[in-house]
Amino acid sequence: MKFTREWLNDWIALDLNAEQLAARLTMAGLEIDDVSPVAANVQALVARVEAVEPHPQANNLKLCQVSLGDNPTVTVVCGAPNVTAGKTYPYLPPGTTLPSGKRIETAEIRGIVSEGMLCSAAELGISDDAAGLLELPTDAPLGARLDEFLKLDDLIFEVGLTPNRGDCLSLLGIARELSVLCERSLNDRPVAIVPALTDSRRTVSLSAPTHCSRYSGRVVQGVSVSTPTPLWMMERLRRCGVRSINIVVDVTNYVMLELGQPMHAFDLEKLTGGVTVRLANQGEQVHLLDDTALELDTSSLVIADENGPVALAGVMGGLDSSVTDDTRDIFFESAFFDPICLARTARRFNLHTDAAHRFERGVDPAGQVRAIERATELLVALAGGQPGPVIDVVAPSHKAVGETMTFRPARIQGLLGMTVPEPAIRQIFERLGMNVTDQALPWRVAAPSWRFDITREVDLIEEVARIVGYDQLPVALPRLGLELALPSKADRVDDARHALVDRGFFEAITYSFIAESLVAAFAPTQLPIQLANPIAKDLAVMRPSLLPGLLSSLRANRNRQQTDIRLFESGMRFLRDGDELVQETALAAVATGRALPEQWGSDGRHYDFYDLKQDLIAVFRALRQPSVEFVPGTHPALHPGQTARIVQNGVTLGFIGTVHPAICKQMEIDVAPVVFEINLEATQDPVTPAFTPLSRFPSVRRDIAVIVDAAVSARQVLEVAGAVAGPHLRDLQLFDVYQGQGIDSGKKSLALGLLFQASSSTLKEEEVEHQMAVIVTALAREVGGVLRR
Amino acid sequence: MIVARTMMEDGLPEIAAAADLSQLDAIRVKYLGKKGLLTDALKSLGQLPDAERRTAGSALNETRDALNAALGARKQRLEQLELENNLAASTIDVTLPGRGTVPGGRHPVTLALQRIEGLFRRAGFQVVTGPEIENDFNNFEALNIPSHHPARAMHDTFYFPDGLLLRTHTSPVQIRTMLTQKPPLRIIAPGRVYRCDYDQTHSPMFHQVEGLLVDESTTMSELKGLLHEFLRNFFEQDSLEVRFRPSYFPFTEPSAEVDIRLASAHGVSDWLEVLGCGMVHPNVLANVGIDPERYQGLAFGLGVERMAMLRYGVNDLRLFYENDLSFLKQFA
Repeated sequence: MKFTREWLNDWIALDLNAEQLAARLTMAGLEIDDVSPVAANVQALVARVEAVEPHPQANNLKLCQVSLGDNPTVTVVCGAPNVTAGKTYPYLPPGTTLPSGKRIETAEIRGIVSEGMLCSAAELGISDDAAGLLELPTDAPLGARLDEFLKLDDLIFEVGLTPNRGDCLSLLGIARELSVLCERSLNDRPVAIVPALTDSRRTVSLSAPTHCSRYSGRVVQGVSVSTPTPLWMMERLRRCGVRSINIVVDVTNYVMLELGQPMHAFDLEKLTGGVTVRLANQGEQVHLLDDTALELDTSSLVIADENGPVALAGVMGGLDSSVTDDTRDIFFESAFFDPICLARTARRFNLHTDAAHRFERGVDPAGQVRAIERATELLVALAGGQPGPVIDVVAPSHKAVGETMTFRPARIQGLLGMTVPEPAIRQIFERLGMNVTDQALPWRVAAPSWRFDITREVDLIEEVARIVGYDQLPVALPRLGLELALPSKADRVDDARHALVDRGFFEAITYSFIAESLVAAFAPTQLPIQLANPIAKDLAVMRPSLLPGLLSSLRANRNRQQTDIRLFESGMRFLRDGDELVQETALAAVATGRALPEQWGSDGRHYDFYDLKQDLIAVFRALRQPSVEFVPGTHPALHPGQTARIVQNGVTLGFIGTVHPAICKQMEIDVAPVVFEINLEATQDPVTPAFTPLSRFPSVRRDIAVIVDAAVSARQVLEVAGAVAGPHLRDLQLFDVYQGQGIDSGKKSLALGLLFQASSSTLKEEEVEHQMAVIVTALAREVGGVLRR
Repeated sequence: MIVARTMMEDGLPEIAAAADLSQLDAIRVKYLGKKGLLTDALKSLGQLPDAERRTAGSALNETRDALNAALGARKQRLEQLELENNLAASTIDVTLPGRGTVPGGRHPVTLALQRIEGLFRRAGFQVVTGPEIENDFNNFEALNIPSHHPARAMHDTFYFPDGLLLRTHTSPVQIRTMLTQKPPLRIIAPGRVYRCDYDQTHSPMFHQVEGLLVDESTTMSELKGLLHEFLRNFFEQDSLEVRFRPSYFPFTEPSAEVDIRLASAHGVSDWLEVLGCGMVHPNVLANVGIDPERYQGLAFGLGVERMAMLRYGVNDLRLFYENDLSFLKQFA
């Protein structure tokens, strides 16, 4: 909400400068977002155009005789379409400057000497209106400085109010708050009662009293709607962000800004019969002021006459019953609508008007008649008219007073940890307009009608803290009992993170939502988990895998000329398991480029499946995971011949492999990255290492090379050898794979290194030889292995 | 004697002039080998008369000792020279870059998050996590935000067709914790949160840390002290200016926003809003079955990206999710 210093001065006299005022409000919870001058460096004077003649040389220019009062007139060449003899405009004499810094000089324009310039509001930096000259009231003092006349040395304060402080959505509200904070009295004039001059009235009935429990109305007849809104009112409205429409609408808006009570004015002649506040019938239509037609349902509250809805209650008036230039008689509305009902309607139709904004947050339930009296007072004074009596219909359920609650002064110390003496507490409550009704404990405190946000003791405690000032709260530290924090799941994620970082990976964070087409590619059996209101089509579905996001980041990096890319991410993925929604923490990585960073003495080998496999094994080691196996597998997004399923005790933890060429094509990735993804929640609890006694006896190493069919996997060969190697095998490794000269095509040679060591004796040569013979025999039998000579 | 002196006078310079170990050995053989000059002279001593033999013998022995000593010294010297030559020949350019894998790095949001977590864990807070797809009760109702509460408009929630939603804050983790554990409680809940909003300063996904402490006597002064300590430690500025300002959250009362003024090489910043906090609203405690007349709590929530931006001087929120390596490498 915006308010101006000049208007605020009507309500309260403060000796604070702008900065102090902003700080005072901000530190009381009314955050000032911006303070800006209304207009800066306006040097124009008030001048009257005495005569207008066409420019002899130019059709679109005019010669104006401009008067500043006593002085002889000067000639100004002007191109504004609205320049009219006898009217008053801002005038910049030669030697002055525009706010833009442009200097005005006497100049010859198409052969005529022009002494100065007549200005539009936009040229003076007052508003955006550049359509023509700014027309001033005819009684404006000629020769006076415009900034003094228009009070342009004013400041606009923009306050960002929290939703609980609807009571501050007005000049009155802000001033009332300041009077509490600064201990200054409020210039709160008594409500002006405008006596009825006619008996004209309309009946009002409340058929939905839970949604509208009070409705005040008043007929004013014979209003001169064509009366121009006075400049002072137009300026105040404009500075607060409200556009001038006509005198009637401007008065209702002015009262809303001043008192916080939204109002509406109907053209009385367009209302047929009495006014009913009711819920709409299903399918009923209302044609609104903004020229939209809404189809209503039974939850929409409307103002209706005998013919149907004439306004969407508290949100926007109807077009057909609106005040126009032809209107003579009007009907003012000043009502109390239920905030929840209003919020629902405003959100449903996406109509966030100034009125709806206030009703949603709540208006003073005791303020309706005051607003209608104030509006009548202003309207009659400015545009004439004969007011009828105020009709004030109040449902029995209407609560026009604030809540009364008990209050224990000791709770201030108990909850805030701050001592405030009881008299000081009582004084704060009284300044806030509360009624402290009992000296005995606990106190009974009644909130004023406008502080509907205060309903219980803790709200009163906050008020005390707020008014005393949060800066006065002592600084203490919680007194906590000792508690040993157990390792959390997050610690395990961090172990995996460190393993990958140590091995050259960078951590990425990608969005949890992806394009639906990627779900089909990475998890074709999954029904996509769609958002009802995504921000974009390619962020519409919850990810079933971390890989699409990581691969998109990989592509983005390749597009930025990166070649060596290794990224990982840990985070949730979202799957359906039947009817059940599964949210599990996964870890995934993608890699492409060189195995080692570009460096001297390196062969520049490409990072491949086996590099990633070793990096993943490092992750499992960091997580202290036992018995993880890699078995040939398939995955919809991975190369069918370069994919392994990662298995632990029969449970699939995830997949590792090369991205399928079709996926690379779909995602426009011009390389074939290797990737893995594992479900961290399926891994086992970390295993604690168990010590084996060291052998003091020498070990014996034997190497053999076995030729097998190319289709035989290394895992098969190692399993056969390991199974028969006997109790003294300490280590078995595959240290070479060879295909080529000397090996038949369709075959490969695998070189195995075996290390034997006994725990209680030195192994004899014959024992080792025997064991090797057993192994060779088993390899021949189980996998057709032939010893390479 | 003359023979001995001649051999000394000839031999010593020869030894001194030996250029390498093989030359030196040849000199040794020449004088002291089986058929060497000195060996021969010693053998011929027997032919001399007694008186001369003793004198000549001692002269030859002296010469032999002198030659041996010179040979030994020269050998040591030549070996030393050879080692020096070998060392000189195997000099490497120690200024060449090192080789091997270069470590990667954690994401700056993770770094900030872990820093926050670490500070609170050391104060005895337990780290708890929860699901990101949540229900309305945990995300709103239980937190004193009934439907049509104006505060819901501040949340811009992502919904699913079945009424579930993406959590808008990590506060639902508080609710889950309070429903299953009894006070005293002190937890922090880090994680991803979602708001339906996207521009330079808003991301549809970001990270939050919520903290909660519930016991019988915790006060707002303690909340203030805890956050003062936290912020000063997080930013490593002992004299960091911190202010508490009244605000409004449906789940706390009183509520506050916390602003800081950061010092840097360019001076001290304006007030920067860094977190929201307050005393847990009695309705929230009642909603999870904790007696608000017996227990009270403090709670706070902060945006991790915001903290990371302030700590590292990052000026565009969107950089955190682009995962550009030239960005990520700056935090390694």
